[in-house]
Parts: sequence; C-alpha cells; structure tokens
Amino acid sequence: MTATLLTNARLIDPAADTVTDGAVLLRDGFIAEIFDQPDPQVADADRIDAGGAFLAPGIVDIGVKVGEPGDRHKESYKTAGLAAAAGGVTTIVTRPDTGPAIDTPEVLEFIRDRAEDDAPVNVLPMAALTKGRAGREMTELGFLLDAGAVAFTDCDHVATDTKVLSRALTYARSLGALVICHPQEPGLSKGGAATSGKFASLRGLPAVSSMAERMGLDRDIALVEMTGVRYHADQITTARALPALERAKRNGFDVTAGTSMHHLTLNELDVSDYRTFFKVKPPLRSEEDRQATVEAVRSGLIDIIGSFHTPQDEESKRLPFEEAASGAVGLETMLPVLLRLYHSGELELPTLFRALSLNPAKRLGLASGRMAKGAPADLVLFDADKPFVLDRFKLQSKSKNTPFDGARLQGKVLATFVAGTAVYRSA
Amino acid sequence: MRFDQRHLLGIEPLRPDEITTLLDLAEQYVTLSRRREKHSNVLSGLTQINMFFENSTRTQASFEIAGQRLGADVMNMAMQASSIKKGETLIDTALTLNAMHPDLLVVRHPHSGAVDLLAQKVNCAVLNAGDGRHEHPTQALLDALTIRRAKGRLHRLNIAICGDIAHSRVARSNILLLQKMENRVRLVGPSTLIPAGMSEFGVEIYDDMRKGLEDVDVVMMLRLQKERMDGGFIPSEREYYHRWGLDADKLSHAKPDAIVMHPGPMNRGVEIDGTIADDINRSVIQEQVEMGVAVRMAAMDLLARNLRARPTELSA
Repeated sequence: MTATLLTNARLIDPAADTVTDGAVLLRDGFIAEIFDQPDPQVADADRIDAGGAFLAPGIVDIGVKVGEPGDRHKESYKTAGLAAAAGGVTTIVTRPDTGPAIDTPEVLEFIRDRAEDDAPVNVLPMAALTKGRAGREMTELGFLLDAGAVAFTDCDHVATDTKVLSRALTYARSLGALVICHPQEPGLSKGGAATSGKFASLRGLPAVSSMAERMGLDRDIALVEMTGVRYHADQITTARALPALERAKRNGFDVTAGTSMHHLTLNELDVSDYRTFFKVKPPLRSEEDRQATVEAVRSGLIDIIGSFHTPQDEESKRLPFEEAASGAVGLETMLPVLLRLYHSGELELPTLFRALSLNPAKRLGLASGRMAKGAPADLVLFDADKPFVLDRFKLQSKSKNTPFDGARLQGKVLATFVAGTAVYRSA
Repeated sequence: MRFDQRHLLGIEPLRPDEITTLLDLAEQYVTLSRRREKHSNVLSGLTQINMFFENSTRTQASFEIAGQRLGADVMNMAMQASSIKKGETLIDTALTLNAMHPDLLVVRHPHSGAVDLLAQKVNCAVLNAGDGRHEHPTQALLDALTIRRAKGRLHRLNIAICGDIAHSRVARSNILLLQKMENRVRLVGPSTLIPAGMSEFGVEIYDDMRKGLEDVDVVMMLRLQKERMDGGFIPSEREYYHRWGLDADKLSHAKPDAIVMHPGPMNRGVEIDGTIADDINRSVIQEQVEMGVAVRMAAMDLLARNLRARPTELSA
C-alpha cells in the first residue's frame, strides 16, 4: 500500500482544541506522521496539495437509518455510503429501526455483510434493546454484542414498561454494553407533531410540551443510577432538559448526550406553512431552545452531534403535516449546515469536530476521531468558505428529503479518506 | 376596494382592508338573498366543487346555496365515502379533480394544513371550509359580518370567545380576524382547553367565566365536541355546564346589550342554556346562518373576479 502525503493543510485537532498549519502522512491505513511544516520532504509518498484547506478527523455519525432491510427503495448501504463519503462521514453507526428490526444476530450479520460489500465508509451496526423494539422482552444482547453490535437502542420507541427497561439495562450493564435511549415521556409526547407553544397553536398542530424530553431524561437518569448502565441520550434539544443532564454528569454517572444537526440550526418557525421536510423527531423547538442547545455543545455538556439521517420517499412526505413521516436526510449536508455555526461565530472548528468525530468515537471505544499519529487515517478535507446553493436532487441519497433544499450554504468537502484511501474527491 | 387573494385559505393572509371589502360585498348579497328572486349570474359558466373529507351538513349546504345563487354549476363530493377509503392520497385526489377543470374548490379536511397542501397542486381558487384545528375563514367572516350589523362597527369591541379553544379552528380564525380589526379578545374556558402559548397572541385568558364576561359586547360560544366530554379534558358534562355553560346569571355580567353567538350545531344544556339561544333580543345565532350564505357568496365572487382576470392559459 502506497503512502499519501497531504500538504499545505490546516489541521484541526479536537483533542488539543487547536488549528495549526501542517501536513499529514497516511500509510497503511493509519496516520503515520504529523508535520508542523506545511510542505515536508517524504520519499515514496503520493503528494496531495490541500491548498490551505482544513483537514479534520472524519465524522463518526451515530444514528443513521439505512433502509436495509425493508425500505431499500429509500436508502441502500451503497447510497448511504456514497452520501456519507460525500459528506465527510467516515463511520456510520446504523439504527436498528428497520423492517424487521435488527434484533437478532442473524439479521445483524445479514446487514453487516451488505454493508461490507457495498459501502465505501466504515459501517458499525447498533441493535435493538428489546425484541421488535416493542419494549416487552430484551433481545439476545450477548449474542448481538458478539455479532458486532456497538450499542443497543430502540430508537424513537420509548419503553413504557419501566420494569422491562430496568432489567434490560441491568443485563446490558453486566455486559458493559452502551445503551442509547430517546428521552421522551411516551404518554405526554404521543401524537405530537410540533412543540407546543405559540407557533403550534397558530398552525393548529397537535403539539407536545418540551417538558416531555426533560421527564424522559429524568426517568432514564434514575434508571442509570439504579442499574449503573453506560447510557447515551440520543437527542437533547430543549433548554429545560439541560440542568438534569448537567446534574447527572456532575454526580459521576456514565452518561453522555447527543443532539441533531437540525435542532442546532433550525427552529419551529422554519416549518412555516406546513413544510413536511421540516418534520423531524423530536419536533423542532423554539429559538431559545436552539441557542441553549448550541451553547451546551460549546461547553461540552452535550457531547455528540449526529445527522439522524432518516431517508423518506416523496410519497411519505407529500401528505398533510400530521400524517407525513418524520425525519430528514443529513449525511451529506451535515458538515456544510453545521459550518453555519462556525461562520456565525457560535462554534469554533475544534469544538465542532470534538462533537462530530472525537466524542462519538470515544464513546464507542473506537481509535478514530483523532488527529494523532497512529490513529486510523479516517479524515475529511474541506474548504470552510466555498459558497453554494443546495440542490436536493444532486444528493447521493436515494431519498431527497432535506429541509435545506435551496439553502445558501458555505463549506464543501474536498476529499474524504477512509483508512488512508480517498473514498470521495470533489469534482 | 381591493382583494388580492388567489385562494381563501385562512384569515392570516388577509389584510384588514380586504376583510372590509369582503364584508361590504356580503352586505349586498344579504339584500339579494332576502328578495324573492335571489339569482345573480356572477359565477355563471364556472364550476364549483365542494369536497368535504369530514362530515358537514350546515357548511356544505351554505356553500352549495351560495354557489347556486350566483349561477355556478355546483357539485358535491362526499370524500369520506370514496377515494380515501381506496387508499388514494390527498394529492392524487387533487390532481384528479384538477383535470375536471373546476374553478372554485371548497375543501374541508380533518388535518391542519391539508387545504394549503391541496391548493398548491391545483389551478383553481381554493376556499378553506375548515382544516383540522387550523382555520375556518368563512366562519370568522360571517361572525364578523354579524357583529358589524348588530353593533354598527367591527372595532374597539370587547369580545369573549368561550369554551373549547384548543380544538377549534373557528376560535383561531376569529382571534386573528378580530385582532386585525382592532378589537380586544378574551378567551374563556377550562385551562385544559386553552392551547399553549395563547397569551403570546395578545389575548386575555380567563378561567372564571363571570370575570371573563365582565363588560363584553359580544359573547361567542364554541361547541364542545362530545368526545372531549368524559374525563379527558373536563371532569364531566354537568361540571362543564356549571362552570362554563352560558346561562342568564353568567350573561348578566356582560354589557346589557351584549349579543350571543354560536357557530352551531349547539349542545343545549352543555355549553349554552336553551332559553338564551332562543332569546331574540340577545341571540344572533340564526342571523349567523344567514350571514354565512352572504359571506360565502362574496368570497366566491371576489375569488372568481381574480380568476377571470388571470390569463386563461394559466387556468387551462
């Protein structure tokens, strides 16, 4: 395997919280050397001149929905992989909310084979915590772990039977497994298509109080205290939930939290005249909540940002808002969309990549996510300033349901490397 | 006199002067409707389709009479019985209808925003006859006309809207319209039936109905749906009537000449005492029904004028 030298790059190191000029040598799938001069002399390496662009650890995206099995017309491993590569995502961590759910080792092995054959990026599967994600019986957590499940989650299905959940968490604890939950009080959030408040009332949409997230998180944290499980909250999107998260971390529980690219960059008013591409789960929040969530990412209280990539076909979105499916595609758009927060001065680049690459890799025990000698050569090279207008029909995903169609964005991925090989080069 | 709308999807997009234009024209149609010969031909040659995805007798009849009085070819489609049962999507239904070249499409749908969605897909003028909990613009306009005729003006009035605000599209459209015309709006009802964020609309909210009706000019009652009555939102029908049903005692707190309105159909003895509903000195409920036809005639007339002003190839 030949070596590649990336010269004239601005290196983002999220662990050291720095951006420095330099060059990086990739050899045998790993970062072999990091130079602090922009154009070092290295024998027998292909040289790529980055031309002053940023080089960062590749994004590790936890919570990506691929339509296999069940909804291959919405997204396959091949198209999801291409979208990821085009978006600078080097590892996708897939959701088990497929049809059927990924709740047996057999299904997990099937999708691992599919992913290995088709996707140009790393694919790590998650498995369901309970059979059929129904919250009644735990899955074969041990077998699933042996088969390669990196975490267990029932995705947006919230267990209503706390006893069942507590047993599943206790069992997961004994295996040292990571459990990811969707913090929502299931009764309160039932049927909600928007966040309750002035906007939902004006539009006449069935709404859920933002308090449902706080209540869900409070319950989950109590269960963490009871069982000692390693716990990650998939999306924290409201200001009201943040003090509970802060308390749990201060008390030393093994708790982390994520949030979505959409909740960091959009608010409920973007739904405007019932635009169903803006229907996500949980629903978009108020501007105050958005700002509080951004601040929590900045301070490190929220650890991880994900795209929550959810492909939906046109048919499931071309419906009245209440009936329309939830979710948006995001693998390819996440980086340029989040760069809005960099351009607006809300987040620095190392902070962004701490939440996009370093922290998710750490949480899953991966060696990637770091700009360090010896780390896997999973990297993204991007121009943070290049302006463009997003055209959803040019996305690699099979489904085109992005809320950012027609949006003016700044920042383009120039190249994506997985294990030292370029899996994407911009035209 | 201007009316620049292509559709009537809600009160929200209307300007105050457009509302006045519509109400002024409706007055003429009140006069026309009271004559023996009630026919006009302003809609002649145009096709009106009434598409009701939700049961309605009164509103549908009102739109049908309005269209026929103005000379349109009117057709009713009972949608809950037909294509949705066969799995057709709303947009497919809209495209199918569009191919029949209607000029005016009157739509009621159980989901908020569904009529907006449909309007994006057809070439004709769309009138919202009620979408979910969102808007019911012709109801608010007929209420406004009724108030203007009874009170001599449609500004600087104290108006109380009482009952199930949360599930009511009538309430939303009325709040928007009455505020655009610079009135003071109060909402009166159990807190379980007042939607979140309502105080940000610039309305006053009252749990106590006697206080809420203090010195108001207009008392607007809302229907309490049967399915909301048992335990979910309110403890019981009789407790609701005791605390929020309009009776003589509660009405005595309003101004002596306050009028009583109800969009119908009424639950006598649940939200309103029958004797008040029938009191010809206070109740304008029958007048509201009459104004409904006139307002719908005016709305369709104005939309048809805008339709005819557009180049024909656009409507082809």
